[in-house]
Amino acid sequence: MTMTDRWRAENNRAILLATHNSARRHKILAAVATHSVLIAASIIFLAPFIVISLTALMTGNQALTSHIWPQPFQWHNFVAVFEEEPILLYIWNTLQVAGLSTVGVVLSCIPAAYALSRMRWRGRGFAFMIILSTLMLPFQVTVVPLYLIFAKLEWIGTLKPLIVPNFFGDAFSIFLLRQFFMTVPQDLTDAARIDGAGEFQIMTRLIVPLAKPAIAAVALFQFLYQWDDFFAPLLYVGNNPKLYTLTIGLQQFQSNHNTMWNMTMAAAVIFMVPVIVIFFLAQKVFVQGITMTGIK
Amino acid sequence: MAEITLSRVTSVVQWRKIRQGNGWKAALFLSPWIVGFAAFILYPMIATLYFSFTDYDAITQPKWVGLDNYRFMFTKDTKFWLSIKNTLWIIITLIPLRLILGTLTAWLLTKPKRGSGIYRTIFFLPSMMPVVATTFAFLFVLNPDYGPINSVLHFLGIDSAPLWFYDPQFAKPAILLLTLWGIGDAMILILASMLDVPRDLYEAADMEGANGWQKFRAVTLPMITPVIFFILVTGIIFGFQFFTAAYVASNSTTPYSEPGSPQGSLLFYSYWLFQQGFVLFHMGYASALAWVMFVITMICTIALVKTSRRWVYYGGGMFS
Repeated sequence: MTMTDRWRAENNRAILLATHNSARRHKILAAVATHSVLIAASIIFLAPFIVISLTALMTGNQALTSHIWPQPFQWHNFVAVFEEEPILLYIWNTLQVAGLSTVGVVLSCIPAAYALSRMRWRGRGFAFMIILSTLMLPFQVTVVPLYLIFAKLEWIGTLKPLIVPNFFGDAFSIFLLRQFFMTVPQDLTDAARIDGAGEFQIMTRLIVPLAKPAIAAVALFQFLYQWDDFFAPLLYVGNNPKLYTLTIGLQQFQSNHNTMWNMTMAAAVIFMVPVIVIFFLAQKVFVQGITMTGIK
Repeated sequence: MAEITLSRVTSVVQWRKIRQGNGWKAALFLSPWIVGFAAFILYPMIATLYFSFTDYDAITQPKWVGLDNYRFMFTKDTKFWLSIKNTLWIIITLIPLRLILGTLTAWLLTKPKRGSGIYRTIFFLPSMMPVVATTFAFLFVLNPDYGPINSVLHFLGIDSAPLWFYDPQFAKPAILLLTLWGIGDAMILILASMLDVPRDLYEAADMEGANGWQKFRAVTLPMITPVIFFILVTGIIFGFQFFTAAYVASNSTTPYSEPGSPQGSLLFYSYWLFQQGFVLFHMGYASALAWVMFVITMICTIALVKTSRRWVYYGGGMFS
């Protein structure tokens, strides 16, 4: 190896190292920039949670100042709000509605989704199109006659209008379950049929155990939907304080005491915490469920 | 040859039989939904159409008035036009912001090697929060006297900070901020579809020497158009159903006053429908409002579906 060769090789290595270093530096800079933006955005997204929690721990007077930090921490607020307002009753009403309607949706939607995905029959595509199009239907288009039906049945001022319709299928849940059932290989159901299993057996013994994640997603969405729903309870139990759900009860409380910010925020915390707990226990189910509603 | 064709024909015939035989079984499995569809969707839809041509207070018999409800709506009801204006405002601001900010955050989340799960959780969580609680939170955060936002604005020397929910000019922007906090669902959808983009497309773009923006424009964006389409369609329907936050905010700032206060700035379409139908018990007129809403959302959806053929790229496809 001559001197010039060696020199050339050294030089090449130096150039390579330099470009490698600058590429690395570039990468690190880009990562720092990305993380800075993401951290800033995270602070903005988390700030309302922090403001609510801190205000919930203030005295009534301190909540009416621009101070951020509670002095003293008044943990008692979370007890006081239960004394101020029959929140336990509201929670019980909400749990009845959310629990029973979740049972109803799961029971009625599994067979419907099964028929739309695993059974071969004429008109299947048409039935599915109808279900898809009811997904797009604004509920306002049906609400007046529904109210009149429930009034005729003397169900206004009871929890029944919030529960019973869920035992008759829900387009969104049928759609979600159907999408999942479709992913089960047809050969599996065909094999079970050849072995002499009936459709009901195939559904309960084969499809349901395989579809547990999708069923969990449907149940969770339904439960949270009912936990969150405002319009229907306002319509059907808005005249009966004994059957207020949490949304209606807290809204009434807030508009009657709209300067008791510490109490209002404590109520908001009580309202949000179950959702946050469920969310962290089942985050995967949520994310899968949400993405399944989109495109897959 | 003939034998094969014959056997194929018999198998098709048998197949038909199986399908028809299955029809009854399928109907049995679908029976709860069939009853529900007839009782809670089909009948009410038709009944709403009928009521929309009547004067009906839910106590006395409905009285046929022909097109009077629709005539009144379009020519005399100023609140109807106000609610249309407010609803369009929220749709026109919210949908593009959801798309742009949702795409931006999703795109940022595809970048980091570590920690993107934590960010994803933080951005997604607010979208799961109950709307009533979210509205409480923003009523306080944006409170003109003791809310943190205006405290900061005062600290920065801005004396004429907006009164947010108390000001007809700023009530809708306040509602917009509240709704944007829940942008996480759009972000998750976009993120999922971005992560589905085949890697080799980016590698091919790299070989051509494309920069970051060009890759986004030429590879990512076309691949996420189905999600964008989905968010557009659901956004329009959501906009016309916008109710809870406006109702809670309006009843908090000015209890027992006009709906959608301050000064009707939060009177959205569904709010006006609720007021007509279930506060004033003008069931006929509320039904007419419901059908107009239905027709508007239908037209928007069909128009979007029509244009979608030109700009939505279906690699797989929603209905496949």
